Amino acid sequence: MTGQGKRETGDMLLEIQNLHATVEGREVLRGVDLVVRTGEVHAIMGPNGSGKSTLAQVLGGHPAYTVTAGSILYEGKDLLALKPEERAREGVFLAFQYPVAIRGITNAYFLRSAVNAIRKHRGEEELGPVEFMDALEEKLKLIGWDDSYLNRPVNDGFSGGEKKRNEILQLAVLEPKLAILDETDSGLDIDALKTVAQTVEKLRRPDNATVLVTHYYRILTHIQPDVVHVLSAGRIVKSGGKELALELEERGYDWIREPATVA
Amino acid sequence: MTEHYVRDFQAFASNGAAGAPAWLREIREGAIARFAELGFPTMKQEEWRFTSVAPIAETRFTLASAARSPLPARAEIERLTLAAGPRLVFADGRYVPELSSFAGLPDGVYAGSLAAALKAGPSGALARAHLARHAHWRDSAFAALNTAFLADGAFVHVPAGCVLAQPLEVVFVATDGGSDEPKVAHPRGLIVVERGAQAAVVETYTSLGDRVHWTNAVSEVVVGEGARVEYYRVQREGRRAYHVATTQSRQERDSFLGLHAVTVGGTLARHDITTVLDGTGAELILNGLYVLGGSQHADHHTVIDHARAHCASHEFFNGVLAERAHGVFNGRIIVRPGAQRTDSKQTNNNLLLSTEARADSQPQLEIYADDVKCTHGSTVGPLDPTALYYLQSRGLSPETARSLLTYGFAAEILGRMQRADLRERCDRLVRAELA
Repeated sequence: MTGQGKRETGDMLLEIQNLHATVEGREVLRGVDLVVRTGEVHAIMGPNGSGKSTLAQVLGGHPAYTVTAGSILYEGKDLLALKPEERAREGVFLAFQYPVAIRGITNAYFLRSAVNAIRKHRGEEELGPVEFMDALEEKLKLIGWDDSYLNRPVNDGFSGGEKKRNEILQLAVLEPKLAILDETDSGLDIDALKTVAQTVEKLRRPDNATVLVTHYYRILTHIQPDVVHVLSAGRIVKSGGKELALELEERGYDWIREPATVA
Repeated sequence: MTEHYVRDFQAFASNGAAGAPAWLREIREGAIARFAELGFPTMKQEEWRFTSVAPIAETRFTLASAARSPLPARAEIERLTLAAGPRLVFADGRYVPELSSFAGLPDGVYAGSLAAALKAGPSGALARAHLARHAHWRDSAFAALNTAFLADGAFVHVPAGCVLAQPLEVVFVATDGGSDEPKVAHPRGLIVVERGAQAAVVETYTSLGDRVHWTNAVSEVVVGEGARVEYYRVQREGRRAYHVATTQSRQERDSFLGLHAVTVGGTLARHDITTVLDGTGAELILNGLYVLGGSQHADHHTVIDHARAHCASHEFFNGVLAERAHGVFNGRIIVRPGAQRTDSKQTNNNLLLSTEARADSQPQLEIYADDVKCTHGSTVGPLDPTALYYLQSRGLSPETARSLLTYGFAAEILGRMQRADLRERCDRLVRAELA
């Protein structure tokens, strides 16, 4: 389980080809190609406005984004034909950059509804409140939380860091095949960052994969990516190993911008 | 349009109500005169600019008389009540001892007919000291009309230091009146919780059947020094009912009042809530919810009067409006001169579930002291599409996501009810309305 050579052996999980997408009529993605196999962690880095979050939202199925060309295959199926809730039930999870507050609904109720939606889809029996709480205890420990967070309304009055931890709690509870973390590391203090990174590492399995969208190098000191991609002006312009991330940390993004935009 | 009420009053005063004490007769005479003077409000008046009471003014309502209509069955009452403990039942404003029960009430507590209390005993003196002293009938035609026809009502007296373990429920039921003629009842409540006592009191307004009727209610709640009161008011009358109400509370020093108002019934409802924080260190939670559909209209006008220093008030009103429903909220906060260190927060959020639903929200702050913290905010809008997407991205269907968000909007208010048993019952009522 060292990570080496896994890229050759894992199953194809996500295959993005020539993806173009617009938001409010503006083209943000301009031909993204990306292949993610099971067992892998991919980091997608890039300057502000390069299209990182757009890519994450397109994978999640955000209605404000329109795919104008290209394809996304998830486990060989057309992901773009699936509604957001169908993607979730099929094992795709998007950790939001800006998690939404749901007033009046407790975290426990919300989490159980999400788990049961997925269980129902798989033909499994839905969990009652008591069984669910038992299963939850362990996951809570992972992110260093006590029960008190379960009886609070979802993200309502949570600090920025608490909201991000809550996304990771959902990740731990839902156990997706493909997790997309959209700048989950931004706005976290060092302890929270470590907890988040350690949880992601613990949840790593040969049959799942993680796409980590990030602006900063620092989370990669705690999570070992198999591949690092640089997104610039809506395209992946460079891919490499972890050393690429380090190079970006030292040299910034300017040296790597797409030649076409420089010329 | 006021004349026939004046004529009805003359008949009322010379008949069954003639046995009342002289001081009460005097109040009534003053109140009917004031009603005739004020007349029904019109939309030209600032306080009524979103609510027309023309349907009430133009209908010939005659005074309901429980004596002439069959009593509701006990099972029917049980179905309409919120709490399982002791209860007082009033049919068209008249006390019904056969349907009331007192099991579990501690000694020294008076819970029963106001008319009976006024006849004798120490409770009578207390009732006299408070009745019609708090609700401002001189300023309101509806409160004046209620006071003019004041014959009976619910009187609850919890003496100093006494703790009620179970909630006490007062049920005001509008019967079917025994005829098709539109009837009006003027329910009256007086709740006095003395120094250091604790109580939870529920007032439930409900209708038997689905006929047109008008309820014109007034309740006064007095919270003594250091007392803690949870007061729940649930209006679940029929969809053809007219409901106008005044709730008036007064708090003494270091007291706590949680006032929870839930409105789901009526075709036209207007509820004026006026609270006075009249002793230092008093705390108020004013917590309201209206869930409306069809062509229901509900107007809540609240006043929080910070008369003394170091008091805190937290007001939260949420409205869920479907179909062609119209919700009105007007929240006035007054900070009197000298009411320093007042801490007051007001929020009114309205959820519009259809393009035809409408909400009007108006805060009014009147601050006459300088060292105070007052905030207010209001929202009117549909479900947040980002929140819907967030829930969908966790596997929930759009329908489930919508109903969860809508329920959450209501549950936010229910969550502030401190009594779990009553919260649970209100929750069930609200879920049924949302279904």
